Amino acid sequence: MEGLWDFLRSLHDAYGINLVHFYDTFERGRMLRGMWTSIKLAAVCIVLSVLIGILGAWLQGSRFKVLKAVVQGYIQFFRNTPPLVQMYFFYFALGPQMPRVVNEYGISQPMLGSFEWAVISLSFFAGAFNIEIFRSGVEAVQRSTVEAAESLGFNRWQIYRYVVLPLAVRVCLPALNNNLVNLIKTTTQAYAIAVPETLFVASQIWSDRINVFEMMVTLLTFYLLLVGIFVWLMTRLERSLRVPGFGQ
Amino acid sequence: MTATRNHASVTSEGVAPARGESGYMAAAFTPRVLAGAFGLVAVVVLAGEAWAQLNSGAGQAGIMTTLWKWTPLILFGPKGEFGGFVLNIVVSFLAMAIGTISGLVLGLGLISKFGPVRSVAWAITQFFRNSPWLVLLFFVMLLTPFQIRILGLSIPLPAWLKATVGLALPIMANIAEIVRGAVNSIPTGQWESAESLAFSRLQTLWRIILPQCVKRMIPPWMNWYAILTMATPLISIVGVNDAMTLTQDALASEQRTDLLMPMYALLLLFFFVYCYPIARWTIRLERKYAVRI
Repeated sequence: MEGLWDFLRSLHDAYGINLVHFYDTFERGRMLRGMWTSIKLAAVCIVLSVLIGILGAWLQGSRFKVLKAVVQGYIQFFRNTPPLVQMYFFYFALGPQMPRVVNEYGISQPMLGSFEWAVISLSFFAGAFNIEIFRSGVEAVQRSTVEAAESLGFNRWQIYRYVVLPLAVRVCLPALNNNLVNLIKTTTQAYAIAVPETLFVASQIWSDRINVFEMMVTLLTFYLLLVGIFVWLMTRLERSLRVPGFGQ
Repeated sequence: MTATRNHASVTSEGVAPARGESGYMAAAFTPRVLAGAFGLVAVVVLAGEAWAQLNSGAGQAGIMTTLWKWTPLILFGPKGEFGGFVLNIVVSFLAMAIGTISGLVLGLGLISKFGPVRSVAWAITQFFRNSPWLVLLFFVMLLTPFQIRILGLSIPLPAWLKATVGLALPIMANIAEIVRGAVNSIPTGQWESAESLAFSRLQTLWRIILPQCVKRMIPPWMNWYAILTMATPLISIVGVNDAMTLTQDALASEQRTDLLMPMYALLLLFFFVYCYPIARWTIRLERKYAVRI
């Protein structure tokens, strides 16, 4: 490793290509922490938004009109307003209304920090799209399959959990994949509420070390890799979940 | 709702059967939706009002009055300057125009017969589709000069213009994919019959294939326009005076915590009122132009 860092250092001295965020231990540390924060943020949001999607799609099949209207209102509101403004609304408008807690140093601080608010707002944002995606999958499940489950004595939740959802997930995986990739890209917006994720840390480093271009290339490469790995995993999942007898 | 007016867009297959279409606005703003949107704001405002009554003494203007006072600034920007919600809309129009034209060129590159062109176009498309919007925005904002010199003439590049280009890049890549998809959805028979009539490839594309693509490209294109409009507040992060920046300025000058929720709710409402009809209209067109098997 030392050899590589020395090489990068010599690159700076000889050609002015400033990759300080790799060879400097301090900068490398904070950049890796930023990347880890991004990955954590994306992972938590993906899980939560998928859960919201599954639950919302189930609620949409409910008999209660009011419940359906509430879910529909939630979807339309979050789909048709800017995610950034949603995030600001959560962090700046709802955040101060929350009770304050005393941390281990005896200092009073808000109950939820910027990371938590970013998780909440991004999950609700992507969740609204996921509900629609799962609903389209649920609608694609044949009526006769549901009837067969009904005749076997399954109740509504059991039918959803054991029959409809497993089939629906397989149908809507490509659309879900698309939306989750979008979610990963949207995590950069957490920059605006000072979550120390990759973009935020990168902007700190390029302000300190004046290496905007090198930092930008690193950033873009990081996100391309992150999205690439996620898409690869999802393709593998899609292949392993494939139902025989459908498609080519 | 039972207007007998023919649909305004004349398609190549003739005029679509006249359905009850008295303009999409009427359909999109159904009383229920309008009531819902305004009900939401009313609840937020009333809650804020009650909160203010509880927490503060006399001598403060009401929430409604204060919101009304700032609305012109947030919508149209400071006097004599270019900003506010109008700037968001102008940026979205311009970015969409730039993105559509360059996306069309890139999309034609994706279906080129010449391998290298196709690979380069593919690489560009994948790169801009898979990069986060905000990173691309920073990229353009920080790495392009604030003015350019052509033949000794210096042309200033204002921040909002650079931001527009930054937002146009991901749009370009996605439009390119739409173009590719639409061209691939045209039956091969169309290509073959054009060939048998001795059309060149360019002629076939320009006179036969693309005109048929327009109809199927419109719904996804509108979808991307809505996504772009909802991405425009990102330009506030890179220092453009858009509606988001001005809302925060207004909040900073008021220094009142009871205003936080109503102000942000108002901004959300502006975007909702603009984007929701577009979304409804897109769904209608999608249904209308759907290929029936």
